[in-house]
Amino acid sequence: MNELPQQLVNGLLLGSMYGLVAIGYTMVYGIVQLINFAHGEIFMTGAFGALTVYVYILPNGTSMWIALPLMLIGAMLVSTTIAVGAERFAYRPLRNAPRLAPLITAIGLSLALQQAVWAWYPDAKSARTFPQIDGGPFHIGSVTIQTGDIFLLIAAPVSMAILGYFVMKTRTGRGMQATAQDPDTAKLMGVNTDRIIVIAFALGAVFAAVGAVAYGLKYGQIDFKMGFLLGLKAFTAAVLGGIGNIYGAMIGGIVLGVAETLATAYIADIPGMDKFGSNAWADVWAFVLLILVLLFRPQGLLGERVADRA
Amino acid sequence: MRQRSLIAITAALAAGALTLTACGSRDNGKSSDSGSGGTTVTIGIDAPLTGDLSALGLGIKNSVDLAAKTANKQNYVKGVTFKIVAKDDQAQPSAGQQNATSLVADNSVLGVVGPLNSSVAQSMQKVFDDAKLVEVSPANTNPALTQGDDWQNTKTRPYKSYFRTATTDAIQGPFAAQYVYNDAKKTKVFVIDDKKTYGAGLAATFTTEFKKLGGKVVGTQHINPDSKDFSAVATQVKNSGADVVYYGGEYPQAGPLSKQIKATGAKIPVVGGDGIFDPTFIKLAGSNATGDLATSVGAPVEDLDSAKTFVKNYKAAGYKDEYAAYGGYSYDSAWAIIEAVKKVVDDNGGKLPSDARAKVTAAMQNVSFDGVTGKVSFDEYGDATNKQLTVYSVENGAWKAVKSGTYTG
Repeated sequence: MNELPQQLVNGLLLGSMYGLVAIGYTMVYGIVQLINFAHGEIFMTGAFGALTVYVYILPNGTSMWIALPLMLIGAMLVSTTIAVGAERFAYRPLRNAPRLAPLITAIGLSLALQQAVWAWYPDAKSARTFPQIDGGPFHIGSVTIQTGDIFLLIAAPVSMAILGYFVMKTRTGRGMQATAQDPDTAKLMGVNTDRIIVIAFALGAVFAAVGAVAYGLKYGQIDFKMGFLLGLKAFTAAVLGGIGNIYGAMIGGIVLGVAETLATAYIADIPGMDKFGSNAWADVWAFVLLILVLLFRPQGLLGERVADRA
Repeated sequence: MRQRSLIAITAALAAGALTLTACGSRDNGKSSDSGSGGTTVTIGIDAPLTGDLSALGLGIKNSVDLAAKTANKQNYVKGVTFKIVAKDDQAQPSAGQQNATSLVADNSVLGVVGPLNSSVAQSMQKVFDDAKLVEVSPANTNPALTQGDDWQNTKTRPYKSYFRTATTDAIQGPFAAQYVYNDAKKTKVFVIDDKKTYGAGLAATFTTEFKKLGGKVVGTQHINPDSKDFSAVATQVKNSGADVVYYGGEYPQAGPLSKQIKATGAKIPVVGGDGIFDPTFIKLAGSNATGDLATSVGAPVEDLDSAKTFVKNYKAAGYKDEYAAYGGYSYDSAWAIIEAVKKVVDDNGGKLPSDARAKVTAAMQNVSFDGVTGKVSFDEYGDATNKQLTVYSVENGAWKAVKSGTYTG
């Protein structure tokens, strides 16, 4: 049986999720040149925010059609609050400090958030189950799409379109582009750069929240460690697509997801490569791809469209 | 501005350091006031107390705690009070070795229960053996730990201080293969493992026996235990035409794996070892897990009278976490240490000798008692002599014992 279409869809879904989280890395980097390593944990807290709404706030047995939008709002509220709080209390005081200081703060914050959820969220010491959308899988030709994946398939392009419109057309969006190009000049032109930076963190967190709800629906479980590896992959996706470029983040995510999936499925079929083809090696191949791309296009697939500083 | 943030950071660091020292002194405090005039003997514990295997790790810790408390209450070893020190290895070999070093440094530690993971055990064995400190694992199933790397051909025991109450994969894998082939009548298997010492070893012993019986392996895969996305693997399983999946690994991955395989439309059971035999597996795998199988060491806990007492006492002690898959074995491991200490103390006229560690290790070899999981004693390699195994199946959202027995060649 030809499994290529199914594997491509698997990769596309995984990649869209990477892309949604990668937006947060790329926007923050584009504007303040900070790699926000706590972003994976902001994604994770978003998932727990959604779970809180479903389990502890809504009455038992609420239909998913009503619950899902509310969960999405809950996820966004939690992740945005944490991201904005992190910006205000962890990163802003260090804005003029040497580069390494905020980077290490980000790593510390990431550990702190993980452990805080582990210690204080009820029953978060092992994975918690996430509510699922009822209804069987959909079949299109030889491709099967799970009900939980439908949300991701719709949410990823829609949120990308909204973000594109926001950055290109609105006043705030243009302010962001200006700040990315040159924060000092932007300030002289009357752009409130502090506000712009907060908005960049908040937007990244909103996208991470969408990704987090998609993660929960897709895998049916969330845990306090879910943000670590996914954050690392999303960061890779952002670099692959060209860090600082919002479309690059999504493209990079999809390329990474498809590459991992195809490596799992097909590398072992190449003669002599059967040792290197399993799922456990998929990450290795994904990073080989990253290195190759960066060798030939150091600026990433789409370059850095919003800023061109050395 | 810069100055102020510096002060803030220093203050935060200082506060953090204070918290840490506070924890430390609190632990020490416990040790000094628990001794009622006599000697205090510490039983060390090493298990993953945080992370996604913490459900198993906390079960081990609580069960050992229960054993120590029971011994103290009965005044089982006269003049000796037992206490526990639990170390978290996060299922990482490097953390395990550090814990081993610090347990060795604590002179009151005369025995250690743990670890959960065979890969962690490998990094700890030498540290304990050099200090002649006895280590009893309730959960390690990799044969090489007691019988040497070349255990299939020549068995040699690498470390005299290492014992375990769990049965090895050399028995567990083939036992599962026989059940799957002879009783469940499945002939085409897709074998998946997580490349860790435990998972890969179990998958290998299963595969060998399954082929010997006449079954066919239609595909193999290795997964990355940090990931939760197994969709590519699940698609392969579906297209391979397998009628059963064998997974060598643990429940944090096995649950999602089973769920994702079922979601592709392949309605075939996932079979695993004691690493997936946990209620969390069923929670993670979802409603389609019905029919999934796991083998686990020993007879079903519910069938043994000794185990019923353990379950009752465990519940009465009010631990927050379940005793999980290894609770009974952990209790027995701790009790084996207590028995060995008792022997050493009795032989020495009611006092601990100066070379207590070496004496306890030597006494462990001849320990024999009726424990929670049946008769507890060790063979010449340090393996449990009790080689009972049970197949469990998921029914109505819970594990149910379907067949108990021993593997005989």
